[in-house]
Amino acid sequence: MSLYYVQKFLYELNRSEQLQADYHQDRSAVLAPYELTDEEVTALIEPDIGLLFHLGVNGQILMHFAALHKVEWQDYLQRMRDGIANHGPVREGVYAMTGYEGTEQHARRLGQEG
Amino acid sequence: MPLVYAGVCSHAPGITGRADQADPTAKQGLYDAYAEMAQAIADSGAEALVVVAAEHFANFFMNNMPSFAVGMADHYNGPIEDSEWLKINKFRAPGDRDLSLRFITEMMQTVDVAYAEEWQFDHGIAVPLHFLTPDFDLPIIPININCQGPPLVPLHRTWVFGEAIRRAADAVPEKVALIGTGGISHWPATPDSGKINEAWDRQFLDQWCRNAKDELVRYDDATVYADAGQGGFEIRTFITVSAAAAGAQGTVHFYTPIPIFAVGCTTASYSL
Repeated sequence: MSLYYVQKFLYELNRSEQLQADYHQDRSAVLAPYELTDEEVTALIEPDIGLLFHLGVNGQILMHFAALHKVEWQDYLQRMRDGIANHGPVREGVYAMTGYEGTEQHARRLGQEG
Repeated sequence: MPLVYAGVCSHAPGITGRADQADPTAKQGLYDAYAEMAQAIADSGAEALVVVAAEHFANFFMNNMPSFAVGMADHYNGPIEDSEWLKINKFRAPGDRDLSLRFITEMMQTVDVAYAEEWQFDHGIAVPLHFLTPDFDLPIIPININCQGPPLVPLHRTWVFGEAIRRAADAVPEKVALIGTGGISHWPATPDSGKINEAWDRQFLDQWCRNAKDELVRYDDATVYADAGQGGFEIRTFITVSAAAAGAQGTVHFYTPIPIFAVGCTTASYSL
């Protein structure tokens, strides 16, 4: 997997209206220069927000990709939850570094309601 | 001139972008607190505003990530996010390249900083400016601390960085105000968005107000992540201001957890 290049693509996409236009025109073509696995390409083309979060994309990058696709805020949060439920814990990146324990576990440990 | 103002505030994108979904009383309380902060900065006679922020992959990425970066331009554009999403119109904020140059030169006596002659403000700076200098009539010196992509700079070096800001501010003839913007505990843009560890926040703010250096720099990222989320890494901006305040005591003017804003919304300042 190549989380770095997934995030680099999204970072550049978030910054460039031209790249956004190109992405809307031909998603496969704009992804070609990046070293990505088939799974990552599929997630970026679909787009599969839950899978991208599971792969380890930082939410500060991912939320703008979701907004680009007109995904409403609560829907964005739910898609990430579904991604964890369907694919398992975050594989890599900042959320995996110290052990992402999931929404419910966080809530219990912090003494808050989910 | 000696630093004329030192404070901190929240910057979450929901503060503007999802304002319509917030409890109206809580939201108005925060907006009023921003207005009071804006007035305090204006009353200080500040001729420039240094904003210590924790940007979110808008200008800096893991291909070349600086721990510390300082803007050095005569203007800065923003917000980089979609205006409809953030609900802040595109703007051009004034900078002061010469003042930045003098700042950076002095700071480099004790800390290594990257400089940036181009910088697009994201919500980390755009949201505070939206409330504090809505007319964009005060030159900005943007400063970024990497709080997003580990490895992150240790907190004791953040303290030295804050001391360098203070030394630079005191060395220039202009009256300079300083704000730090960041969250305390929060899990922004993740499935845990909206979680806020209020007890943790209040303990941190107590330490911040007492300017308790030893307690502030004792936090470690693993513990912060567990108790305060990855958003807690942004305490670096608050601690920088503590160091710049050089022992001054602080006051929390506003603190209210507002889940739809994904943070315990805060304004606070030091009595310089």
